[in-house]
Amino acid sequence: MTHLRFAISASAIGALTLALGGCATSESLEGNSSSSETIVVGSQDYYSNEIVAEIYAQALETAGYEVERDFRIGQREVYVPDIESGAVDVFPEYSGPLLQFWDETTTATFEDEVYAALVDAAPEGVRILDQSAATDQDSYVVTKALADEYGLVTIADLAKVDEPLTLGGNSEGEDRPNGPKGLKAAYGIEVDFTPIEDGGGPLTVKALKDNQVQLAIIYTANPAIADPELVQLEDPKGLFLASHVVPVVSDKLDARAIEIINTISAALTAEGLVALNTQSIEDEAPASTVAAAWLAEHDVS
Amino acid sequence: MNLLAEAWAWLTDPASWTDGGIPERIAQHLAVTFVVVVIAAVIALPAGIAVGHRRRGGGWVVATSGAARAIPTLGVLTLFALWLGIGLVAPVLALVLLAIPPLIAGAYAGVAAIDHSIPEAARAIGMSEAQIVGRVEVPLAARTIVGGLRSATLQVIATATLAAYISDTGLGRYIIGGLKSRDYAEMIGGSVLVVALALILDAAFALALRLRIFRTTTSARHHERTAL
Repeated sequence: MTHLRFAISASAIGALTLALGGCATSESLEGNSSSSETIVVGSQDYYSNEIVAEIYAQALETAGYEVERDFRIGQREVYVPDIESGAVDVFPEYSGPLLQFWDETTTATFEDEVYAALVDAAPEGVRILDQSAATDQDSYVVTKALADEYGLVTIADLAKVDEPLTLGGNSEGEDRPNGPKGLKAAYGIEVDFTPIEDGGGPLTVKALKDNQVQLAIIYTANPAIADPELVQLEDPKGLFLASHVVPVVSDKLDARAIEIINTISAALTAEGLVALNTQSIEDEAPASTVAAAWLAEHDVS
Repeated sequence: MNLLAEAWAWLTDPASWTDGGIPERIAQHLAVTFVVVVIAAVIALPAGIAVGHRRRGGGWVVATSGAARAIPTLGVLTLFALWLGIGLVAPVLALVLLAIPPLIAGAYAGVAAIDHSIPEAARAIGMSEAQIVGRVEVPLAARTIVGGLRSATLQVIATATLAAYISDTGLGRYIIGGLKSRDYAEMIGGSVLVVALALILDAAFALALRLRIFRTTTSARHHERTAL
C-alpha cells in the first residue's frame, strides 16, 4: 500500500515537473519571437548544406541581425512544413529536388526552367531568392584517360566509345532516370550497371581509376569531382535534374537581408562549393570555421 | 501490416521469380556463403584442432577469436575494397574473417574438452600423433566442430548481404536497393528470404546432427545400441 502511494505521488510530481517545464519552454519561445526580429536560419542534416546555412547566418549577424540557428533539422519531409509556416526564415535549398517536392508532376530538368517553375510553385509567404551557380546534383564522371582517348565532352559522346561500358553508382540508380534506363532513353547509349553503395565516395573513384567501371555517378558538390584524373560529362539533354543551391526565405526578411543573401548566392560558384566541402572533409573543420573563412575572402556586406 | 502484405505480394509475384530474379540471387547468395565457409574452414579448423591437440595456447585462441567477433564486417569490407577494388574478392575476404572465430573456437573447444587419458591411451597403444588427431580426437570432437561450422554458416549467410555493397551479387541487392529507392516491400521481401535461407540451413545442420551423419563418440553409439 505504501509502495503504491509512493508510486502515485512520484508520478504526480513527475507530471507536474513536466507541465512546469512545458510552460517554461513555451513562454521563453514566445518571449523570443515577440521581443526582437530574430531571423531563424535552418539547414538540412547534410554537412555541405550546413556550411551554406552557416554562411547566411554569419553574414546576417555581421550586418547586425539577431540570428537563431536551427541546423541539421533532417530531410525535406521534416523541415519544409517549418519553412511554409514561417518557423524557419532562411534555408539553403536545392532547386530541382525542392520543385519536385512541391510539384510532383513537373517535368522540368534544365536549370532555368526548374528555377522559373520553382518560383511559381512556392507557396504563399515563401520567397525563392536568386539561385547560385553552385550545384549539388548527379553527374556522370569518366577518367581523364578515357575522355582524352575518345574526345568525350558530353554524355552523348559516349556513343563514340567502342568498348563495353559499365556504370557504377548507388543501387537505386539502376531503375531511376539517371541510370542505364534513362541513359538509353535520352541518349540511346547502352551500359551495364554495377552497384557501388558509397554514394560516389572513395570506392567509386577507385573503381573508375581501376577501370572496373568506366562511368560513375558522382555528385557535383562531392570533393572527388575536383580530382584532376576525373572528368565530368556535360548533360545537354537534361537527363539529370538541375539542383542549384537556392535560398528559400520567409517574408519576414527585409530588403537588406535579402540583398546580403543574394550577394552570397552570386559569389558562390560551383568550384567554390566543392572547395568548401573539401575543406570540411579534409580539415575536419566545423561548418562555422569553414563559413567564416569563406566570408573573409568574399565581400558580401 | 500493409508493408508486410506488400512484401508478401512482392515475394509471390511471378515477375520476381523470372530470369535474373530471386532464384538467381539465392544461388549467388548460397555460392558466396559456401565459398566463404570452405575457405574459412580450411584455415580455421586445422588451426583450432592443432591448438586443442597441443593443449597449449588455448587462452590465447579463445581471447583472440572472441575479440575478432567484434570486428565490423562492413568496415573490413571497405578497407579490402579500397585495396582490391570492387567486386567479389573484398566481400569474400571480409566474410572469411567473420567466419574464422566461431570455427576456431569450436574446433579448439571440441578437441581440448576430450579427457587427457584418451589421447594418452591412444599414444600408449602406439598411435602416431597424426593418427591420434585423425582417428581419436577429431571424431570425438566432431559434434562441437560441426557446431562451430553451423554458427559460422549462419553468420555468413546473414552477413553475405554485404556482398551487394560493391558487387551485383546476392540477396543483399534487394535489401540495399530496396532501402535506397524506398521500395520497402522489396527490402522486407529480401530480408525474409535471407531469414528463410538461414533457418533452412540451420535446420539442415540440426537434422544432420540428429541423424548422426557426423561421427560421434563410440561410447555414445554404444549407449544408443543398448537402449535400442
